[in-house]
Amino acid sequence: MTRWQGQLIKVDDYRWKIPENYKAGMRVPGLIYASNEMLESICEEQTPEQVANVAFLPGIVGYSLAMPDIHWGYGFPIGGVAAMDIKDGVVSPGGVGYDINCGVRLLRTNLSEAEVRPKIGQLINELFHNIPSGLGSEGKIKIDQKEMARLMVEGARWAVKRGFGYQEDLDVTEEGGCLSGAEPDKVSDKAVKRGMPQAGTLGSGNHFLEIQVVKEIFDSYIASIMGITEIGQILVLVHTGSRGFGHQVCTDHLRVMEEAVSKYGIKLPDRQLACAPIESKEGRDYLAAMACAANYAWANRQCIAHWARESFSKVFGKTPEQLGMKQVYDVAHNIAKIEEHTVDGRKFKVCVHRKGATRAFPPEHKDVPQRYQKIGQPVLVPGDMGRCSFIAVGTDRAMAESFGSTCHGAGRVLSRGAAKRSVRGRDVVQELESKGITVRAESIPSLAEEASQAYKDVTEIIEVVHKAGISKKVAMAIPMGVIKG
Amino acid sequence: MRKAFEIIDHTADVGIVAYGANLEELFSNAALALFSLIIEPESIEEKLHRDLKVSSEDRDSLLVNWLNELIYVFDAEHILFRRFDIKTLSENMLQATCYGESFDPMKHKIKIGVKAATYHMLTLEKNTGGYKARVIFDI
Repeated sequence: MTRWQGQLIKVDDYRWKIPENYKAGMRVPGLIYASNEMLESICEEQTPEQVANVAFLPGIVGYSLAMPDIHWGYGFPIGGVAAMDIKDGVVSPGGVGYDINCGVRLLRTNLSEAEVRPKIGQLINELFHNIPSGLGSEGKIKIDQKEMARLMVEGARWAVKRGFGYQEDLDVTEEGGCLSGAEPDKVSDKAVKRGMPQAGTLGSGNHFLEIQVVKEIFDSYIASIMGITEIGQILVLVHTGSRGFGHQVCTDHLRVMEEAVSKYGIKLPDRQLACAPIESKEGRDYLAAMACAANYAWANRQCIAHWARESFSKVFGKTPEQLGMKQVYDVAHNIAKIEEHTVDGRKFKVCVHRKGATRAFPPEHKDVPQRYQKIGQPVLVPGDMGRCSFIAVGTDRAMAESFGSTCHGAGRVLSRGAAKRSVRGRDVVQELESKGITVRAESIPSLAEEASQAYKDVTEIIEVVHKAGISKKVAMAIPMGVIKG
Repeated sequence: MRKAFEIIDHTADVGIVAYGANLEELFSNAALALFSLIIEPESIEEKLHRDLKVSSEDRDSLLVNWLNELIYVFDAEHILFRRFDIKTLSENMLQATCYGESFDPMKHKIKIGVKAATYHMLTLEKNTGGYKARVIFDI
């Protein structure tokens, strides 16, 4: 891969601008959040070029944004944010990604590290047994087409109605776990066929469930509102998305968009940016199908969190209520949403594409749950399995300049192949064990792909978004047990 | 004999470069490359066959759609293929008979789960020796 040689203008220590005149066809400038050191690795690939390419899309307002965990994706960079005016803008499935509503859910507990450590092996085995994971894993939930249609419309609500978790989980899930506008008839039979057997499964790749220990609390008041009060407190983090269902929805609609691009005469620098006007049939159909996949993912995380509670309950002989296993929050980091934002003093209704980026709404925003009105929306930023994860909150500054968005995780630096060549799965297990982290995985060799070396250090990422002011860090936790597909 | 395909690395994903003396061979080799990402193709026996028909806007997207069709059949129906007999191939339509067997977890060891063929960095070109195509997959 050749190094990117384009023009970057330093705005301040954490902001770098790609001027609008960098490339003919850019409608807005690009803006990358990064430290000086990170910029080096970002420019090693053509990622900034992708930020510039996104700026070509019709109706884009403000900036084509990139978070510090940005890495090279197909079409849109991963870690990219772009908002399009709904009146004359486009929606692009590539701006959401294949794993629609890939996201993260965090549960807190009353348990301490001292209570869990002696039982970690048993607990991890129980979780691994109770939560279907791995390639082509099939769920324990058997649903027919009719039930699948309900799941697509109701999302996490569907799961709660069937006894997976509680109403109050929905109150602390982005969109209440149910994105409106879902239309199952905009989803192909193929997607439904792929999706039905995979509902309620963790999947493979970078998806995981982690038992974590709180190591640092940066803001004790904000943390306490989330139920995080002690160093050594145990948390549970779930990272998964819409499985083969979301992939098929994306694949199907990219095909439609391919045709739409020529139909509407849209000029694109990269075919993978295929898109259609938001108000066109193609655009509306995609958003309706995407909402089905987003809801599928929320139902998925709702079921998995329920089985995690069940597993803890069995191992510790107490009910989830006695264990204080309340949900802190659930965020999507691959999604497009219609939201209202102000750009240069003008209010716009926009379609915000967040691909590998997390919503980060400020205190007092109407879409922030009642419980978090004073502190802002919780932002969950998982790191790789050998390092740590962060909990942050959204800020007014994020609302003012990044369409209420921030980073989503660590971001890869090594390809899966390169990671596998540099480290073996078995060594990863040993290294983790030596750090006090127990890991169970369906495929040990594929663990190498997820080794720490393959990722940027999430600590550096969170420092950038914190210092840039687009989120505020609240707490840091390290893994004690990991299950992976 | 020249090689049928190569595997290439991409930061978040993985890709293939396939070769063919003609387009039929190219499409067949690209499919074989896809299954070699998922599994050791030698471990697949020819126990069943499936007729597939794929259409598209143009030849480049025909390749993407063809590979996505195979990914779909694997993910939804758990069928692995190792041989592809391309019956008809035009600019925007392909008909093929694919030979393979159902996935058996006791016998088949899955290497990676390929979720979609993308348009990203997609190339399909004719050169002096025949055809060459590059496809990046989301995994």
